Amino acid sequence: MKYRIGIDVGSTSTKAVVLDRDRAILHRLLQPTGWSSVDAAERVRTALEEWGVPLEDSAVVATGYGRISVPYADKAVTEITCHARGAAFLHGAPRLMIIDIGGQDTKLICTEGGQVQDFVMNDKCSAGTGRFLEIMANTLSLRPEELCALARRGGGVSISSMCTVFAESEVISLIGSGRPREDIAFAVMDSIVKKVCSQAQQIRTQDTAVCLTGGLCGVEPFCAALSKALGVPVAHCDDGRYAGAIGAALCAESI
Amino acid sequence: MDERRLPSIFEEFSDARKAGFLRAKEVKDRGGKIAGTFCTFTPNEIFDAAGIYTVSLCGTSDETVAAAEADLPKNLCPLIKSSYGFAVSDKCPYTYFADLIVGETTCDGKKKMYELLGRLKDVYVMQLPQAVDRHYAKDQWVAELRLLIEALEKRFGITITEEALRRACEERNRQRQAKTALMELQKQTPPPAFARDLYAVMDSSNFSFNQAASTQAIEEAVRKIQAAYDDGERPVPASCKRILVTGCPIGGVLDKTVGAIESSGGVVVCLENCGGIKPTRLMVDTNRPNILEAIAERYLGIGCAVMAPNLHRMELLRQLTEEFQVEGIVEVVLQACHPYSVERYQVRELSRKLGIPYLCVETDFSRSDLGQLSTRLSAFLEML
Repeated sequence: MKYRIGIDVGSTSTKAVVLDRDRAILHRLLQPTGWSSVDAAERVRTALEEWGVPLEDSAVVATGYGRISVPYADKAVTEITCHARGAAFLHGAPRLMIIDIGGQDTKLICTEGGQVQDFVMNDKCSAGTGRFLEIMANTLSLRPEELCALARRGGGVSISSMCTVFAESEVISLIGSGRPREDIAFAVMDSIVKKVCSQAQQIRTQDTAVCLTGGLCGVEPFCAALSKALGVPVAHCDDGRYAGAIGAALCAESI
Repeated sequence: MDERRLPSIFEEFSDARKAGFLRAKEVKDRGGKIAGTFCTFTPNEIFDAAGIYTVSLCGTSDETVAAAEADLPKNLCPLIKSSYGFAVSDKCPYTYFADLIVGETTCDGKKKMYELLGRLKDVYVMQLPQAVDRHYAKDQWVAELRLLIEALEKRFGITITEEALRRACEERNRQRQAKTALMELQKQTPPPAFARDLYAVMDSSNFSFNQAASTQAIEEAVRKIQAAYDDGERPVPASCKRILVTGCPIGGVLDKTVGAIESSGGVVVCLENCGGIKPTRLMVDTNRPNILEAIAERYLGIGCAVMAPNLHRMELLRQLTEEFQVEGIVEVVLQACHPYSVERYQVRELSRKLGIPYLCVETDFSRSDLGQLSTRLSAFLEML
């Protein structure tokens, strides 16, 4: 097979990458998943045609919550395994803890040589996820990255509720009491950072490098806040959003 | 109230549920007595000796949780809510027709639920000692067994003889041996069956009005499965990872845990939960001069998380992982079950010591986390 294709159908956005035999990234696609993961998979198929990447010359692995909605995939692999392989490929550390803040869940994965050793995910609840940030940003009439930028200038407030719905009313009360927007933004970002740190306690082992993948990896102030709270530099790179898709493409090598 | 009448909503039931009601009604019509039970700590042999049928009332469905939440808090174990819900909504034939409901103090949630259930049904609660390492634990449980015998004799105007008790112990031991043999079929490589199918065989005895026939049916199932295996049938591919499942009672979440494992490249070779092997390898020593002491000792060997410290569970887990060549441990904790959710720390530590990967999932009887749960379990299997 000439091409390895990884497709990550996430709850918020769909990512696809095409690798060649030497693991060079030839194409990237990032678009909103929309309401239908089947339609999202079809749009990826159209993009592949436009790029001139024929399916018959490709091995395809799908991942993400919509992984079963990609009819032309040869195999479905969970996002845990794919993020682990993709992040290890991007960051190269032999022992790595990956923090993936996704749309509907936050995952922390410990890996050795790209193999998953242990992982934790948020239970049945959106606290500390991308969705949580989106909803809070929306309440403050900001985009998520604007919220994180503003948060740097704020402080002195915290949100105690871990539930998105209750936290939103807490934010609304803070707005009502006239707190500056940057303080509230700080409280929102801080609550996500704290949630991630508490999950990290459950699995992090000594001498492990840490990296961030998912939608927030390009948001500098968030990475800085996370590094400070965890007490280690949090590696991140532009391709971090594609970590799941890259990992899926790497899994396609064995097909 | 004429206790033999069917509930007013009978016509709305599915055929399977109607059949359950009619079967229980038939038992009552011939003058049979039914005791509803919840737990592996219920001393079945005392009821057998008294000629009273025991049937499990352990709720395993989300269906009646909403009804239960009219009286019980939302943040409570789904098993407790489901069981209570079946009682208040007349949807469980065995609760409905039970002459007596027997509970044990196996957790605080159940203990307090029994108080509310007592308003609707005749409920008898046994006080279970929770520190098995205390010298008086056995005496306390023997005293509880005596009180139960007295209560049954008085309530039903019967006499429970020692001879009947000894016979009942022998019968129950035989059934435990059959269940153990069924579970231990899975020691083979590859195992001869998927656990979701074996569980159905195990569970059937909990709703049987003929325990001897039930034992025979289990023995027959063991013979058939082994014979097919010896003929070369391999329903479980050799590539399946060998998983041990432990934690809370699993009946209500069987599909979303064991089912998900077994449809993602795994096979559950050992169910350590109380519906699995946890209680079956423990026998009553019928050679003992004092049969009540022998019964008490047998039940206090059950490694339930209500015991503190729960030494028997950790020891059993250690043995089972070796005997069944376990490659991964999955712990299933029901939402709001404090004993098991705190004890997961010890199980995780044990897994680390044994070098066996461990995953804990917390869930309830709803369908809301099906997707996430299956992702986690699949990822765990991919990791092995």
